[in-house]
Amino acid sequence: MTSNRIVGASVPRKEGRDKVTGRAQYIDDMTLPNMLYGATVRSRVPRGKIKKITFGSGIAWNEFVIVSAKDIPGKNCIVLIVDDQPCLADGIVNHPEEPILLLAHPDRHALPKAVDTISIEYEPLPAVFTIEESEEHREIIWGKDNTFKTYLVEKGDIDGVWEKADYIVEGEYRTGAQEQLYIENNGMIATYDPERGVTVWGSLQCPYYIHKALMTLCNLPADKVRVVQMETGGAFGGKEEYPSMIAGHAALLAIKSGRPVKIIYDRMEDMAATTKRHPSRTRHRTAVTKGGKILGGEIEFAVDGGAYTTLSPVVLSRGTIHAGGPYYWPNVRIRAKAMATNAPPHGAFRGFGAPQSLFAMERHMERIAQVVGLSPIEIRRRNFLQPGQTTTTEQTIREAIDLEKLLDRALELSNYHAKKQRFSKDNRMGTSKKGIGVAAFLHGAGFTGSGERNLSSVVDVEACADGSVRVLVSSTEFGQGTKTVLCQIVAETLGLEYDDVTIAQADTGEVPNSGPTVASRTVMVVGKLVQSAALGIKQTLTTSGALERSYSPAEFRTACQNYVAAHGTFRSSARFEAPSDVFWDDEKYRGEAYAAFAWAVYVAEVTVDLSTYSVSVNDLVALQEVGKVLHPVLARGQIVGGIAQGIGYTLYEKVIWQNGRMQNSQMTNYIMPTSADLPPIRVFFEEMGNIHGAFGAKGIGELPMDGPAPSIINAVEDALQVRFDAIPLLPEDIFEKLATESISKSGPHSAGGVQSQ
Amino acid sequence: MTTNISSGGRAKCELSFTVNGERRTVRVHPMERLLDVLRQELALTGAKEGCAEGECGSCSVLMDGALVNSCLVPILQAKSANIVTIEGLAAGAQLNCLQEAFLDFGGAQCGICTPGMILAASHLLQRNPQPTIGDIREGLSGNLCRCTGYVQIFDAVAKAVQFKART
Ligand code: FES
Ligand code: FES
Repeated sequence: MTSNRIVGASVPRKEGRDKVTGRAQYIDDMTLPNMLYGATVRSRVPRGKIKKITFGSGIAWNEFVIVSAKDIPGKNCIVLIVDDQPCLADGIVNHPEEPILLLAHPDRHALPKAVDTISIEYEPLPAVFTIEESEEHREIIWGKDNTFKTYLVEKGDIDGVWEKADYIVEGEYRTGAQEQLYIENNGMIATYDPERGVTVWGSLQCPYYIHKALMTLCNLPADKVRVVQMETGGAFGGKEEYPSMIAGHAALLAIKSGRPVKIIYDRMEDMAATTKRHPSRTRHRTAVTKGGKILGGEIEFAVDGGAYTTLSPVVLSRGTIHAGGPYYWPNVRIRAKAMATNAPPHGAFRGFGAPQSLFAMERHMERIAQVVGLSPIEIRRRNFLQPGQTTTTEQTIREAIDLEKLLDRALELSNYHAKKQRFSKDNRMGTSKKGIGVAAFLHGAGFTGSGERNLSSVVDVEACADGSVRVLVSSTEFGQGTKTVLCQIVAETLGLEYDDVTIAQADTGEVPNSGPTVASRTVMVVGKLVQSAALGIKQTLTTSGALERSYSPAEFRTACQNYVAAHGTFRSSARFEAPSDVFWDDEKYRGEAYAAFAWAVYVAEVTVDLSTYSVSVNDLVALQEVGKVLHPVLARGQIVGGIAQGIGYTLYEKVIWQNGRMQNSQMTNYIMPTSADLPPIRVFFEEMGNIHGAFGAKGIGELPMDGPAPSIINAVEDALQVRFDAIPLLPEDIFEKLATESISKSGPHSAGGVQSQ
Repeated sequence: MTTNISSGGRAKCELSFTVNGERRTVRVHPMERLLDVLRQELALTGAKEGCAEGECGSCSVLMDGALVNSCLVPILQAKSANIVTIEGLAAGAQLNCLQEAFLDFGGAQCGICTPGMILAASHLLQRNPQPTIGDIREGLSGNLCRCTGYVQIFDAVAKAVQFKART
């Protein structure tokens, strides 16, 4: 197909009309007859043994349905990777906000008081709150050594590089937790009857994760569990794993009461109890030549996983693979570990480990540049990955990617050189300092390594009686445009109108398991499957003689109607098959980590006001190569939205922890950017051609989360000539650092961590 | 929970107001939030609860022409008021120009902030039919959106202004 009609056009969002008219049905908009409301009684301590539970007086307890761990029909765990997380704590708690009991009542106003009157006595156990405390092993809170997972990536001969180095550059970088802060809080409704089993409707990303978790928890066969996604008001990874917990709770209450049960979290509960982005620490030690070439390096990447395994091994994996950035490392050793602490488990959030390790990499590049005496631009130029070279996992870059060209274009679009010069002159005077910073990065699309092969996703496309075609996938829509783009792909593939293609609600009773909606995989992986399933429909129609080889959309509709009238509706399936030449070794963590990478260069311009110590971003140029852009409006929306979250991550959003509990779990004290806080965000796409996804598309959703933090902090360093190696960076952090710097008088060039040989 | 106002067992009162041009009468506790009355008594679920503390604006409705956070309005205050919710904006199947523009220019992603955002934009255009981008940024800054980064919402509002000027 040479010119596309529908792919590449900004068609209206499939569910857009319902959204702009207020008709879209989210979980809290749904009510069932005879429904109860559920609430969760949670741990107030980070770690301890439950000694006694007292139900307070003044409450008509006989009106309540009460569920404890004893009521669980199956296994008391939320199945995911390792089955260590209980659905309800049984005798011991390992983090604040851990669920202990469930209550349900017909009047939702009766619940808060009842929850408050339940008092739980604990025998406290010593708790661990940081990566450092966890690795000290003074207190073992998980497994043998507090370690959920480790990875070791080795390439070349790292031990041999140090003596050849002209410089050895060291640095340590940290990132904080971040709340996803979807505007729709989590929620579920469950029903149970012995005939049909458990059905749950909810706000969620991964219907089949929940399906599997409920089978184990409720001890039910696959056909007695049904999970239906309602319209979902934002997710960003935050509704990947925790919804299994809430679905489990609603299901347990429904089983015990025999009535429908609705659980809707309020903002405080959602922020305090559900997952956040993993806090991280990255250490770099890099051997560099006088000319600024990286000879090799050691990278140590550690994340704080919270109290249970959940998704930490996978987040760690992505962070590990991205730790080397878009650079060529002839020799490298990456050691990564996910550590246990007594905080609620940290989890999936757009970027999934990569924003953390890429922040470190891109800050470290600045440090290398300073040590070698090159500009931030030149140091990157000299180390960019080239086609034919290999990544840290020894994946050969086969795409014709040209990172220097990408960098040059970004510099031009942002007027980098002129601004850089002007700022350094202007900054000599006044209390407001300007700076400009660059970040170059990559983001792998799809599951890591053998992930896609293990998932073995299936999709269906159905020919309907009215002559239209329907897509059936478990991929969910939560704002990104899943429904729209998959329908575009099918319409384009079959030569139909966009309106001739519809998509089924993500309901495990009806759609096959096309895998979770995560990892920027939907368009690239599921899109490609949907394309081949659609071709199956065409083939059936043409081989039966119902349809000519070349046809109009109207002729297709008629052929489809006639065929279905004669033979009934039919479906065409496609299942993922890994290309045979893709090699991945899970043991050595080596090989083709991702089917494709998206590439980007972002340039941020900031002003730091030295009277308020606040940073404002004045301009952000975001240039990326994401393969073919299937829907320009949606693609731009993904990039801008991700950047806004990235700016929040960098400059606004600080989770304040006390004994493992988030203290600022409200929108009034956890601050996300408003429309008045954001700079002009200028988005540009470069198409360099990639053959992986449907119509050449690669993943796009997570990429924009990686760039803002390093480009902004690099710009802040440019403005102040003072180094900042941790985010979030709030005015008080700048104040404190400047106060200490002015005492020690050490600028970035003289700071420690550098050895000359 | 989102509110410490309990309706359990307390006296209810009857009061009337106009919603989307229709006169409605409800029997509820006088401190019940307007948001709950709209959503639960009147089945108008377009207004959403994002925070229950006046921060996010996803519960925005128009009350006597003013933009209010319905999570902060006790129903007693809405007595005899004229209320417009997102459900009252389209004329039948015909979308209002803001709705049309949000649909075409990417103003709605997950859609949860959209009803409040469109009402806030409509309120802005009532006061200021020719807003600059700066006016739009300011005018919508009481409504949080986590998906869009706002840029395409500004685009949509600006397009709606142009669209209105043409018709
Ligand atoms: S719910 Fe009313 S302002 Fe957030
Ligand atoms: S579109 Fe999702 S919060 Fe605005």
